[in-house]
Amino acid sequence: MREMIKMVVVLTVLSVVSGGLLAYLRTATAAQIERQELEFVKGPAIRQILEGATNDPVNDRFKIDVDGKSHSFFVGVFDGKPNTVVFEVAGKGFADAIGLMVAVNVETDKLAGVAVTTHKETPGLGAQAKEDPAFAAQFVGLPVDQPVKVSKDGGSISALSGATITSRGVCAAATDALSQYRELKPRILEHVQRFQQ
Amino acid sequence: MAKTLVQEFTKGLWAEIPPFRLVLGLCPTLGVTTSMKNGLGMGLATTFVLVFSNILISLMRNLIPSKVRIACFIIIIATFVIVVELLMQAYTYALFQTLGVFIPLIVVNCIVLGRAEAFASKNGLLASTADGLGIGIGFSLSLASLGAVREIIGTGTFFGHSLFGPNYEPFTFMVQAPGAFVALGLMLCMMNLIGKK
Repeated sequence: MREMIKMVVVLTVLSVVSGGLLAYLRTATAAQIERQELEFVKGPAIRQILEGATNDPVNDRFKIDVDGKSHSFFVGVFDGKPNTVVFEVAGKGFADAIGLMVAVNVETDKLAGVAVTTHKETPGLGAQAKEDPAFAAQFVGLPVDQPVKVSKDGGSISALSGATITSRGVCAAATDALSQYRELKPRILEHVQRFQQ
Repeated sequence: MAKTLVQEFTKGLWAEIPPFRLVLGLCPTLGVTTSMKNGLGMGLATTFVLVFSNILISLMRNLIPSKVRIACFIIIIATFVIVVELLMQAYTYALFQTLGVFIPLIVVNCIVLGRAEAFASKNGLLASTADGLGIGIGFSLSLASLGAVREIIGTGTFFGHSLFGPNYEPFTFMVQAPGAFVALGLMLCMMNLIGKK
């Protein structure tokens, strides 16, 4: 009996102490980890889309809470006007989720660019969605009130050869992003005002 | 005492160097040694876990009931693995991205549990620290050297620096999975040749 109590006590104390330590460490490093993710995963994609912006879009960001989830929006300033917002959405790829950064011009209501962030697509085929600038370039200038589709489905995007599923996934993610944008536009505009220079 | 401590330390560097002599911990050995930097990073992360879990287990060796010792070891080891994972995510994000799933897998690395069971639970604090450091550094050196061999042949670089100039055609077989087995086999063969003399 005594042995059993000892086992229970030792295991319990050990678990509680390690759980507490990890919870503390997680909160202590959370801000730093978010900064690193911005730097290494999202940052390059954001800067690539917003090339030519006069501010640092990674720094100028705001958050909007939708259904309890907070979404980050990054603001690009062109010619002194904060007219472009960038945010990330997830789409379904061939292998796993595809992260897509989508930029929308809030004045003209047109897509200003897209860039793939995280993906596990096949190298050489689906992975071209990230690596081939010509694919992403097709999205620039599309209107926000129409779904984005590949040409096979009656849209304007020519799919990557050998990677139709990936191309469709990216288009679906972009469509999602646009409907999200239309829904949140009033709130986005409110926030964007603050970045006026 | 001083002599045995040195012995506990140095045995990990040659006589019991983990992947080559004990042929343990092969999963990360084969998986992450595509470059010297990855191998070294993985080795150092494992060393951290090994040293601290050895220290803690050695200190608690009279407290831990023998019937639940493995459960206690795993809690301690898993805690340190998550500590390493969070710290790497916060401060060396690029390395964290390349090592990916292999960091959480340190928990089930048989070297770490093996040292806890075979050494730290039976020996004092200083000896266990020396043992953990020795085995850990041995493991790091093995991974780094295997990584270096594969990187030099497979991509023509050493620690990221180009070695042979632009005319070198990289033998990419060596940085792919089968190359890992070939490189490991050749290194084991070399170790045995040297040991025989």
